[in-house]
Order: sequence, then C-alpha cells, then structure tokens
Amino acid sequence: MADLTVDLGFRKLRNPVITASGTFGYGLEFQPFLDLERLGGFIVKGLYFEPREGNPPPRLVETASGLINAIGLQGVGVRAFRAEVLPRLRDLDTAVIINVCGDDDDEYVRVVEALGDERGVAAFELNISCPNVKRDGACPALAPESTYAVVKRVKAATAVPLMTKLSPNVTDIVGIARAAEEAATDAISLVNTFLAMAIDVETRRPKLGNIFGGLSGPAIKPIALRMVYQVASRVRVPVIGVGGIMTGMDALEFLVAGARAVEVGTANFADPTAAVRIIGELDRFCEEKGIARLADIIGTLRLA
Amino acid sequence: MKIDPGARIVGHESWHDYHLLSVAVPAVAAAAAPGQFVMVKVNDQPYPLLRRPLSIHGRNGDRLEFFFKTAGVGTAILATKQPGDGLDLLGPLGRGFRPPERAAGKLAYLVGGGRGIAPLFFLAEDLHARGVKVRVFYGGRTAADIPLRPKFERACWETGFATDDGSFGFAGLVTTLFAQEAAARRPDIVYACGPDPMFHTLAGAVRTLGVPAQFSLESIMGCGIGACWGCVHRIRKDGREAWVKICEDGPVFAASDIVWPEKT
Repeated sequence: MADLTVDLGFRKLRNPVITASGTFGYGLEFQPFLDLERLGGFIVKGLYFEPREGNPPPRLVETASGLINAIGLQGVGVRAFRAEVLPRLRDLDTAVIINVCGDDDDEYVRVVEALGDERGVAAFELNISCPNVKRDGACPALAPESTYAVVKRVKAATAVPLMTKLSPNVTDIVGIARAAEEAATDAISLVNTFLAMAIDVETRRPKLGNIFGGLSGPAIKPIALRMVYQVASRVRVPVIGVGGIMTGMDALEFLVAGARAVEVGTANFADPTAAVRIIGELDRFCEEKGIARLADIIGTLRLA
Repeated sequence: MKIDPGARIVGHESWHDYHLLSVAVPAVAAAAAPGQFVMVKVNDQPYPLLRRPLSIHGRNGDRLEFFFKTAGVGTAILATKQPGDGLDLLGPLGRGFRPPERAAGKLAYLVGGGRGIAPLFFLAEDLHARGVKVRVFYGGRTAADIPLRPKFERACWETGFATDDGSFGFAGLVTTLFAQEAAARRPDIVYACGPDPMFHTLAGAVRTLGVPAQFSLESIMGCGIGACWGCVHRIRKDGREAWVKICEDGPVFAASDIVWPEKT
C-alpha cells in the first residue's frame, strides 16, 4: 500500500479523495455502500442558515456524458443540521467538511458563526458559486470584488479553516482565485458546475423547472482540469480539483496539474462506491509505477 | 439495499416498445417488496452516465421481473439485453405499497396506465396472498399499449381492460371504467400507477368515493438513494407542503398527500 496522504496545510488527509457537496447527501446516505472513514474527507450538502425549499422539478436532466442539475440547494438548515445530522458525523475519523451557502454575505457569516464552535468540523467550504439559485446564475464567485468581500468577512467570523469553491462561469479564473487568496482563504476548490440548459423540442419547453442548471460529469472534466492547472500554478494556497472525476486516472490528472486533493461528485450517483474505488485505483497506480508517496506527483506536469 | 453487479438476465419478452426482463438477482429479490424499485446501470460504460430507475414488476424465487417501455438512450440499451447478459443492479429501494389493515376479505382496485402497470403485478400477487380480493384495471391508448393483458388474464384475480381507441376492452379512459365499477361496487382501497393525467382524474374520483388510495409516482432520478434531491414531488408532510424525495419517502404516497400542480 502506497502512502496516499496529502497535506492541505490546515489538515492532513489519509488520501486525496473527498466527496463533493451536493452529490453525497449528508454522508449518511452512503453508509450502506462504503466506509466513510476510508475517504480523505466528505463535504455535506450545501447549508443555508434557514431550511431551504429548493427549485420546482424537473431538477435533473442527463446530457451527453453529463448531468445538469437545478436542485436549488434544498436543505435542512443550520438548526436541524446541528441537532440531527452533525452528532452522527462528528466522531467519524475522516475530514467532515460543511458546504456553506448564503443569500447574502450576512447569511454566510451566520452559518459559520452558528457552526464554528462545533466539534468535528474539519473545514468550511464556502459555496459562492452555485449557478442555480439566482437569476442567470448570479453568485459572488463571478467577480473578484464580491469574492474578496465575502471571503474576508467569513474568514474574520470563524477560526475554522476555509475552502472557497469557485465558479467556472468566468473569463478570468486566476483573478478570482487570487482575490480569494488575498482575502485569506485557506484553500481553493474548483470548479463548481457550468451554467447550462436543455430543451425538449417536442414541447419547446426547458427540460429543467429552473430553466438553467449546472452541468457536471465527465463532459466538463477537460475544462475543469485546465482551470485547476491555471489556478494551481498562480496561487500559493492549496487547490482542490473538482470536475467530472470518474476514475483514479481522472484524479491523477488533477493531481499532476497541481491539485493537492480532488473532489468526486457526479460519479457518486452512478456508483455509490465510486470514491472508494477511485482510492483503490490511485493505490494501484502507485504500486504499478513504484511511487512510494502519491503526494510526490502533485504539480509535476512536464512541459518540456 | 445492496449493489449486485453480477445480476444476470434470464429472460426477455418484448412487444414493440415494451419489454419484460427477468433477472436472476437473489439478494435483491429476497429483500424486495411490492412498490419498491431498483437503479440499473445499463452498461459498463460512462455513457449513459446515470443509473435508470425501474419498478419491480414481479418476483419469482431469486428472480425479479422488470417491465418497461423504451423512452430514451438508457431503456433502448436495456431493450437489447439477452439471456446470459450481466446487469448491475442497486436495490431494492424506496417505500412500497402498504397492504390494507386486516387485509383478508378486503376489496382492492388496482389501476394501471401504460407502462405504469409495472409495479401492480407484484402488488396484486402479494395482496392476493394476503386474502385481499383484487380487481385490476389496465388501460392504454390502444391494444398494443396493454401487452401484459394475457398475463393478467391468466392470474386468478378479476380484470378490466380499457383502450382510448376502443381496440380492446372498454372504449375510453381506464379511469372512466374504474369510476363505473367503483360506483357499482365500492372498493376498500385503491392502488395506482400511470401518467399524471390518470392520477389527476383518479385523485378526484377516490376523494369523491371517500376511499383511501396509494399512488406510485415516477421521476427522473440521479441516485435513487436520497442523496441528490433530484426526484422531488410536492407532498403534504407533517402538516405542510414540501418538495419531498420520491426515491426515499416514496415512490408510493397516499393519494391525499400528493399535491398536483395548478393546470396551466
């Protein structure tokens, strides 16, 4: 067994595979299928302060090698999460990360203040990039100024390490990553989903109740990889690569591009054991190539 | 619930776009109850990406039967499966039909439209075994849309068939046939699965009759295990309306709890 550990600075993980928010429920849904403690970590479904209704259905449409979702971050809210969910997660020997949402900067602050003293929270992932809760995919991660402002405020409100999740729906991903870094985020995860749509030509209606949704899955992997590479080579904070990872080989591409860890998302739907399978594939790759420490391949892209 | 990547096709009958697959999948079959479903990976490729939900049509020892109509890429691939082929199944999932209390001697009407007949065969067998008197109403647009007619006729419960074009059985909607029969002989409970317009009509009919009913809803599903929140329907729950997951709280709901969208 190779050494699969990776270091995010604020936290060492037993391996680089984290399950992505919104694709892993509150973690408990997957306990029948895998041992949560084998994961590098898992990120629970996006949490607003108040319970959230979510969008009207249809909320999902499958496209070529991809999935467009417009769930609208339906969720239980901070109080129910703290009372009913977190007690079942906090003693797990893995990094439990809470994805934090807000309708405005104040709400992000309220969520981290309400949960910041709770035992068993490894980090917050600041979700400033969900494309299907506001009109035309509006979110703070679309501009460096709004990214800086919310990260700065949240960072000041909590001592818990902060990952900031960025949107790919921008022209200058590096500028936005730098804004998050300047505001003292502890890590950057990218990418969230791509603003997308699908149309039923029989009825000429949108296939999603929300009209637009976020595209994930293998279809987005090459673009996500390019963005992760751009960001990882231009910021100092750890970068966590996300986007269409289905296999160990996909995860390795992100690591070579400079990601210190990866998030596995849509793959969890097709195969609830995907994250554990990917960890096994990473281990096998290391064994076959004689790599003693997986972390040694991080950021080793050869350009010459 | 289990993942069985080693399920094996042992039978495949087809009628135009309709297919009946018999699958040897012992562990899932042993745990299955009427109204539950499975998520099927139709091939070992990354496309199509997601599993497909299939309601359980019947159980025969360690085999489960699935009845479906080809509707897209996933079901088209499933339709090519032949005996001997493997299949990756996850299930059984969801909350199925509840039998009536003190079941023996009760009269149950089962109403299925098109491919929505799928879960009602398993239910009918189960109810029959509990001593419930079962009457099945099976409707479709035309005779070709009720291909399981002989299978239901062979079984030892009462049947009624309806086609919109009158090509077989009652000429008209299956809900009209149901209403006529229910007026003559009121059931103790109603179970149904079919397209939304059928549910709309039936919901009104059972409310008027004052008879409890359970409807099995259908949706696109991302995961089938409650993680993605993609398959919601408007449901009255704990005294208020909410978007409730069909895969986890359903697919079977009390008809009186289901909120239908305003007609536009």
